[in-house]
Order: sequence, then C-alpha cells, then structure tokens
Amino acid sequence: MGVTGSPTNINQGTRTKGGIGESTLRPDGILKVTGEFAYSSDMWHEDMLWGHTLRSTVAHAEIVSIDVSEALATSGVYAVLTYDDLPAEMKNYGLEIQDTPVLAHGRVRHHGEPVALVAADHPETARRAAAKIRIDYRELPVVTDEASATAPGAPLIHEGRDDHHIGHVPHPNIVHRQPIVRGDAAAAEARADVIVKGDYYFGMQDQAFLGPESGLAVPAEDGGVDLYVATQWLHSDLRQIAPVLGLPEDKVRMTLSGVGGAFGGREDLSMQIHACLLALRTGKPVKIVYNRFESFFGHVHRHPARLHYEHGATRDGKLTHMKCRIVLDGGAYASASPAVVGNASSLAVGPYVIEDVDIEAIALYTNNPPCGAMRGFGAVQACFAYEAQMDKLAARLDMDPVEFRQLNAMEQGTLLPTGQQVDSPAPVAELLRRVKAMPMPPERQWESAGEHADVRALPGGLSNTTHGEGVVRGVGYAVGLKNVGFSEGFDDYSTARVRMEVIGGEPVATVHTAMAEVGQGGVTVHAQIARTELGVSQVTIHPADTQVGSAGSTSASRQTYVTGGAVKNSCEAVREQVLEMGRRKLGTHHPAWATAELLLEGGKVVTDGGEVLADIADVLEDEAVDIELEWRHRPTEAFDLRTGQGNGHVQYSFAAHRAVVEVDTELGLVKVIELACAQDVGKALNPLSVVGQIQGGTIQGMGIAVMEEIIVDPVTAKVRNPSFTDYLLPTILDTPTIPVDVLELADDHAPYGLRGIGEAPTLSSTPAVLAAIRNATGLELDRTPVRPEHLTGV
Amino acid sequence: MDFLRPASWEEALAAKAEHPTAVPIAGGTDVMVEINFDHRRPEYLLDLNRIGELTEWEVGQENVRLGASVPYSQIMEHLRAELPGLALASHTVASPQIRNRGGVGGNLGTASPAGDAHPALLAAGAEVEAESVRGTRMIPIDAFYTGVKRNALEPDELIRAVHIKKADGPQQYSKVGTRNAMVIAVCAFGLALHPETRTVRTGIGSAAPTPVRAKEAEEFLNAALEEGGFWDSRTIITPSVAQQFATLAAGACNPIDDVRGTASYRRHAVGIMARRTLGWAWESYRGNGRSTEGAA
Repeated sequence: MGVTGSPTNINQGTRTKGGIGESTLRPDGILKVTGEFAYSSDMWHEDMLWGHTLRSTVAHAEIVSIDVSEALATSGVYAVLTYDDLPAEMKNYGLEIQDTPVLAHGRVRHHGEPVALVAADHPETARRAAAKIRIDYRELPVVTDEASATAPGAPLIHEGRDDHHIGHVPHPNIVHRQPIVRGDAAAAEARADVIVKGDYYFGMQDQAFLGPESGLAVPAEDGGVDLYVATQWLHSDLRQIAPVLGLPEDKVRMTLSGVGGAFGGREDLSMQIHACLLALRTGKPVKIVYNRFESFFGHVHRHPARLHYEHGATRDGKLTHMKCRIVLDGGAYASASPAVVGNASSLAVGPYVIEDVDIEAIALYTNNPPCGAMRGFGAVQACFAYEAQMDKLAARLDMDPVEFRQLNAMEQGTLLPTGQQVDSPAPVAELLRRVKAMPMPPERQWESAGEHADVRALPGGLSNTTHGEGVVRGVGYAVGLKNVGFSEGFDDYSTARVRMEVIGGEPVATVHTAMAEVGQGGVTVHAQIARTELGVSQVTIHPADTQVGSAGSTSASRQTYVTGGAVKNSCEAVREQVLEMGRRKLGTHHPAWATAELLLEGGKVVTDGGEVLADIADVLEDEAVDIELEWRHRPTEAFDLRTGQGNGHVQYSFAAHRAVVEVDTELGLVKVIELACAQDVGKALNPLSVVGQIQGGTIQGMGIAVMEEIIVDPVTAKVRNPSFTDYLLPTILDTPTIPVDVLELADDHAPYGLRGIGEAPTLSSTPAVLAAIRNATGLELDRTPVRPEHLTGV
Repeated sequence: MDFLRPASWEEALAAKAEHPTAVPIAGGTDVMVEINFDHRRPEYLLDLNRIGELTEWEVGQENVRLGASVPYSQIMEHLRAELPGLALASHTVASPQIRNRGGVGGNLGTASPAGDAHPALLAAGAEVEAESVRGTRMIPIDAFYTGVKRNALEPDELIRAVHIKKADGPQQYSKVGTRNAMVIAVCAFGLALHPETRTVRTGIGSAAPTPVRAKEAEEFLNAALEEGGFWDSRTIITPSVAQQFATLAAGACNPIDDVRGTASYRRHAVGIMARRTLGWAWESYRGNGRSTEGAA
C-alpha cells in the first residue's frame, strides 16, 4: 500500500500466565519511551501531498468574499478548496447535532474556524499558499456568555435550528437544558439550620495531548479512500465522514494510526474530512499534521462553567437540600454539549445523599471556542463546586470536613436525584477514611538538605522565590461521583472478533477490535483477557480498523468495561467452539469430555478438577475458530426532560483525594506536595495500569487547579494563549508524590466485576487542591485555576 | 530564506555587513520558535555555530568575558563563583535541553523584557562587546536595552561577548512564574551587593518595556547602608529600610496586564522579591547566609 508508519499486528508473548490481574507491561511502552513508536504524524507515502487548513482570524463574521486565485497559481499547489467545492449534499458534521460546517459557509462563528484547504507538494508551500487566500470578513457582534447569548436581539449562533433539543430549550442560543427535580427543595429548606450559597467559575481546560491532530488519506482505485488517523472512535468518524464525501461507508476504510493521547479531544473530527477531500480531489495521498498552535484550534476544549450552588444542613450535619444552576459554555458548535449537560445535571449532587434537590444545567451556543468532551465530562465542573460547598458547610457547622462528608456519603442502595438506585458498591465514606489515614508528608522538606534551602521543595522551585518565607501548608479533601459508559439510553455496544488457530505448533489468539488505543492500555488488557479465557500465552492484537464492527468510543472510562467485555464474550464463544470441536474429535478418548466442566489453560483443555484432556493444538489441528460478536452492557434510559428522572447511567465510579500544598502567601505561588488518592476499581485487570491511570488523572486535575487555562478575550472572543509557552501544563517538578490506595469491590453487573477508572481521579483532584489552598490561605477562592493574583489580592 | 554559515568570526562580520537584515542564530531557542510560529521570516539566517570561540569564556582580574554562545548549563556548572547571579538566573531558563543550547548572546539579541539573564546582568554590571567590520565597541548594559525587543546594536553589528563584572559580594536572583519550572517570567528581580564600592545594584525583568534597574531603590539603599554604617558593622538591615527599598523597587516597574499576569501583581511581586533577595544577599554578606541549593 505504500504507507509507512501505519500500525502492524502487535504480538505479545509472556513468560508468566499474563492473565487478568497481572501487571503485564504495555507492548508499546518501550517503543514510546525510546521514540520508535510511529505516531500518526510519522506516516509517509511516496507521492503524498501536504494539506493545510486556513482558519478564521476573527470570532464572528460574515464572509463577504474569498479569492483563492493567487493561492491556486502558486507553484507546487495541487488544490485549493472552499465550501463551494464540497462534493455532496451533506456539508456539515457533528457528534450528535450536525451543525459544524466542513468549511465555513458565508459566516464564521469562532476564532480558528476552517475556511479553506490547500494541498501542495511541501507543507511550507501549502502554508504560504494559504496565506495568499484573500478573505473579506465583515465582523459581527460576538456572543460570549449567558447574558449576551440570551439578551433581546442577541445574534443567533445557529438560525433555523431543527435539532431534537430546540423544542425544549428556552432560547435558540441554548443547546440543551436538563432540569432534575426530586423531592421538594423549597420545603426542605425550612428544615435547614444553615444554608450555604456559592457562585463558582471553572476555566476552559485543554486536553493538550502531545501528539497533534494528524492523518493520511490515500485515494483508492474504487473511488473510495483509505484513511489512517489518530482518533478516539473510528466508526463515529466514519458515520460523519462518508456522507460529506458523498461515499457509502464501505468506500471509506479507516485504520487507527499511532495516537499520542486524547482525553476527549479526539471525539470530534479534526482533519479527517479535509484530508479525504484533498486526496479525492487531487488523486494523491494527502497528509495533514497540525502544529501545536493549530492544535489549540483543531479540537474542542473542556466547557468552562459558571455554577451557582445552594446547600442546607441541619445542626447535626445532615444535608437537607440542594439547589444548583450550571451554565456550560459550549462555544460555537454543539459537539458533545448535550451529553455534557446530561452528566453535569445528573451528577450535580455528587456522592451524597440529598433527597430534595432542584437542579438545572444548560449549555450555551456562543462565539467562544467550541467545547466538548474532556476527561470527567461535565462531572468535573460540578465536583469543583459541590466540594467547595461541603467545606463551607463543614466550617459553618464547625465539623471536620471529612466527617461531614462521611455523614452524608452515598452508599450502595442510595437513590440518586434521577431516581436511579446505586446498585453496586459505593464506598464513598471508606475512600475518604483511607486517604485521611495515610501518613502525612513531612513538614518543611526544603530544610532536609541541611544548611541550604532546597528550593525544589518550595513554591517557585528553581525560580528561587522563597527560602521558606511566607510559606504556609494547607490540607484539603475531596471526593467525586462519575458515571462510566455512555448514558441516557445510548446503544453503547462494542464488537470483538477473536480468532484462535495453531501457529508453529502453538495455539495463538488474535483479537481484532476497532478500539482506539489512545494510551489507556486497552491493547495490554485485551491480551490479558484472551489469555485468561483461552489459556494461550501468545496473543496478537490486530490493528484497529473499520473492517470489524464498532467498539464505541475510548471515552467515559468505558473501554475496559465495554470492549473488554466484548473481547471476553467473544473469547467465551470461541472457547465453547473449541471445546465443541474437542468433544467431536476427541470425545471418545476420555469420559470427562462429556461430563466435566472444561477450561482452556496453559495451552491445554483441562477439567475444572485440573485433569489435562488434550493440547489445544491437537483439538484445532489446522482449523481456525473465528468469531465476531457485539456485546452490550445493561441498557440505560433517557432522562425525563422536565424532571430528569430515569435510570440514565450504567455504572458509577468513585475516587477521593487528600491534597497537601505549600503556598507562598506573599507571592501567591503554590507547590502541591502530595495528592493521595483512594479509588474503588472493582477489579484491577492490570494493577500497574490502574495506578498509572489514577496518577495521570490526578495530575490532569491538578493542572486545572493551579495553572491550565485557555484564556479567551472577553471582547473579541479570540484565544490569547494558544501555545505551550502560555498554556501551562504541570512539569515533573510540579508533580507531587501520589500515593494510591486501590480498593477492589466487585460490581456484579460488570465483566470481572471491574469499574471504569480513567476519569474519577480527575474529578476530586482539583477541588482537593483548591481546598488545601483555601486551608493554607483562608481565602474563599471561587474560581479555578487559581492564579497568583487571586492569592495575593492584588 | 538563505542560510549563511560563516566559518570564522571575520566571515560572520563580513556576512552581516553585506546582509544587515540577516538574523544571527546560535542555540536557536528564540529564533526557531519565532520561525516555527511564522512570527518572523528573515531573508537570511546567519548561523554562528561554526565559530567555536563564541562558546568560550575567560576569567580576568575584574571581569568575565563570556562568549555570546556559552550555554546556560556551562554558566551554571563553571561560573557559579564568578557570576552567582547569572548562574541562578540560568537555573530558571526553560528546560535542561534549552539550557544546553541557549546563551546570553541570544537573550541580548532578542532583548525581550522577559529574558532571564537581563536582571542578573544589570545587577552585576556588564558591557556588551559589539563588533562590526567597522570595529569593536563596548556598550554598557544600562544603555543596551532601548525598547520592547529592541537593543542598541547597529544593523551590521554582532554580539561577540559580554564582559560581566566578577562578583565582589553576594548576588541573588528570583523569578516568578506560574509553574515551578520551565516557565517564562511573570517578573524577575536580580540583586548584587558590591562591597568594594559599597553599592547595591538591581535588575528588574518582565515588569517594564525593557529590563530596568530600580535606580531610586538603589540610591535610597546605598545611602541608608552608608549612613547606618551597615557595610562595616554587618548588622541586620533595619526592616523599615528593607521595606522602603522594596517599595521603591516596585515603583520602578512599569508593567502591563497580559496573559501571564496583571500589572498590579507584577509590581507587588517585584517588591516582595526585592525584599527577600536583599535579605538573602545581606545574610550571606554577614557570613551566615544560606545559599540556594538546586539541581544543575
């Protein structure tokens, strides 16, 4: 095919049993550390062209004219495309609402919106040619927040909406609204001895995956296209790409290429359609790679949110009621906003028992950058606010903040505000107890070096801002509630094809799914499942592509649960067929073939009593067993649009954090010393990966607590810091020690009893850090990230 | 874009004379960022990497003559005693990889107010050795910074070296960023005690259109130290004097609001850093100071 850098089979052998519960190592780990792993940006094709995207320089404008003539005339340029060149009737895409133009049509709605495409024989030629495209913009007033979105006469971001939310939203600049009402919050208020209110702001976080958006589209002889791309969900991409190209889905063949992180930012399309359009137009392979600057405009971000919360409690510390209103800024296009609203509202109460609640969540259409999926998905913003409220309540009641939370903690059997009962372990109080019981990090660690202050242990680090002056320690706690899997009645299935055959005398299993490995470790876990279920040591993981059924998204902490479940299910079917084959071929050799419970272990067919009946190789001989099956978890229901009632979620996930910080109170600089975490994971399929996920989620949560924020100019709606120079991510010097306590309380509804784990630690990390900073400074701190000027009051 | 690769200093000067718009590049840690972001598309790049002498330094009686391309990691490793303020500043530059490539010549050439070396150079006292085919001249550091990202170099001049006064007393450097490493300064402060002349010099970074000295603060402190006999008695500086010094240092700022911080925070932070660095440096001068320990 001529594509280099596209994934190949991953063959994984193991000296141990390598089944579930073992910390087998990632097959791609060493390659990634040594730089040999081929990411999507490393792919190459001999005749390929380079695509470049011209993006709007303003947030909201009418496009008066576009003149591409000079760009087209540039030597080395093969194609310049605008809206007028789109080949099919369908010219938009979108995860749920198809409101996003492939290329802007007469109007741009946010800074950085794609307007035109160029293909050239060199990336620099493409970039320079794009700069020669003349666009005449007539700027329009910008909508930037709830007030400007719903003001009388506000410009409508999308006129003539006909999506399925328009019927129940109060204004066309509101994407979706979800109220959740249970009990009688107004009546319960009368029982409250204390009432605490707060207004909170959660800043816009970026996924900041290190591998920028990239892929390679190769036109095929049948008029179709082969697309190699880094994404989170191949089949969701396919469903959006094919109609815009005017091709049936079977003519768009997708293969997952090396993904350098995702965190939700690859749920939406970026360069996929653009590369295919250019490839089909030029008849040549086209590669597109965003640089970091463009990447900040190339994917959606975490919704910034304004949250108003009101809680009441009795004098003895029991929560009486909660009212809240959550306003999420979805930006110019819907992306995942409706589902984020569903999560924010249905998880707004947090892991607490409150019978009387009145919740409302909305997402706005504005001219700000589009926002969508990011690790924690609506639950993160709510957790930041309700955990601040818990601390305020505890302080008002003069109670210990952990004891107050434990007193109100949900448990198995609790009814959520949606009316859904939590029907698996919910060890909220226990997780808090565990983080609180962990030993505290020693005080004044910067003095450990003797007479010298070790500034690396101090706020400011090597910037040498303090030798201990002004430094105050603070401790804070938080716990969160996250759903696992896609919710609200979505058919959240996965597909796995498993093949078993004898190669070189040894039974080998091949697992083929469309699961996007984005770093979460699915390729490791699938091999472990196959070993456990099929008793083989050699497992081949086939590259993920659309030649097999959908695996659903690598999102919502769901892949080990759902695609892991699908792999388990298909392995079980393969095992049954192998045993059936054995009974047919060898059944007369031993009576146990007919009478005993049979397993596949260590390459052999064994009875449950451990007696070996045959080698798997002798059963299979030169035959192969090859089965592809879809697998589904328990169905969920939509939330009622007025009351929010409904069994909307599949499973819940819980983590608790204790943050220890040191704050230079004069300069407002923070050093997070330790972030201890306790999390229930149901069953740790790969304990090392579990700890890695928890530590990664913890750091990502810390990032939005103290430094990460996309800053959008409130007047122009333009992004002010689209670079890693000014969008700061935690470095290793900012990373605290993260002791992790893993609890394994099985969820009987889930494969192996496992619980999705990737997101929960991102929820509680942020409010724990904020609580610790409040504890150190005595300040209220109602927004995140917290900046030095907020801590110094200047 | 033409890439000029002179083999010697003389060839470099000739190339610069012939192509005054040529942008010199050594470590590339500034220039390449600008090119990658398409902020700048120079007609010529003048690569100085073949000129070995630019990465050398000489320690003289009074001064260190620091080649323009001596990387920050070398300053940290070899010149800590002679140039303690600059060594501390070097610690705060970006990442180890960038400290292995970048040097003071680049900081001076770019002349960004956020350049990490500037406050240390201002506080220590330095002269920039600028050269062209017309000859060599020494530009006092105080006269070098002429505006935002502008300096006193003529179009045909190149920076050959910086002559920095060897420390005759304790020096300190402090920088505020919103991350504990690898961060561009929100603001920075350098301070050097010069017991030989009984003076204190300062430098402020990222809090005015150019790097500046807090001259009023220096004059106040020099007078107060002299009047109180502090240089001889080596007693603790009166807190009110230190506070007034800090207030005047903050007053020397002329900052802006930007994505990295607010003007009022910058003023506030410079004051705090002025007071703290004076305290640390003076403690060292008194003979019982704590130095700053960190990873090289």
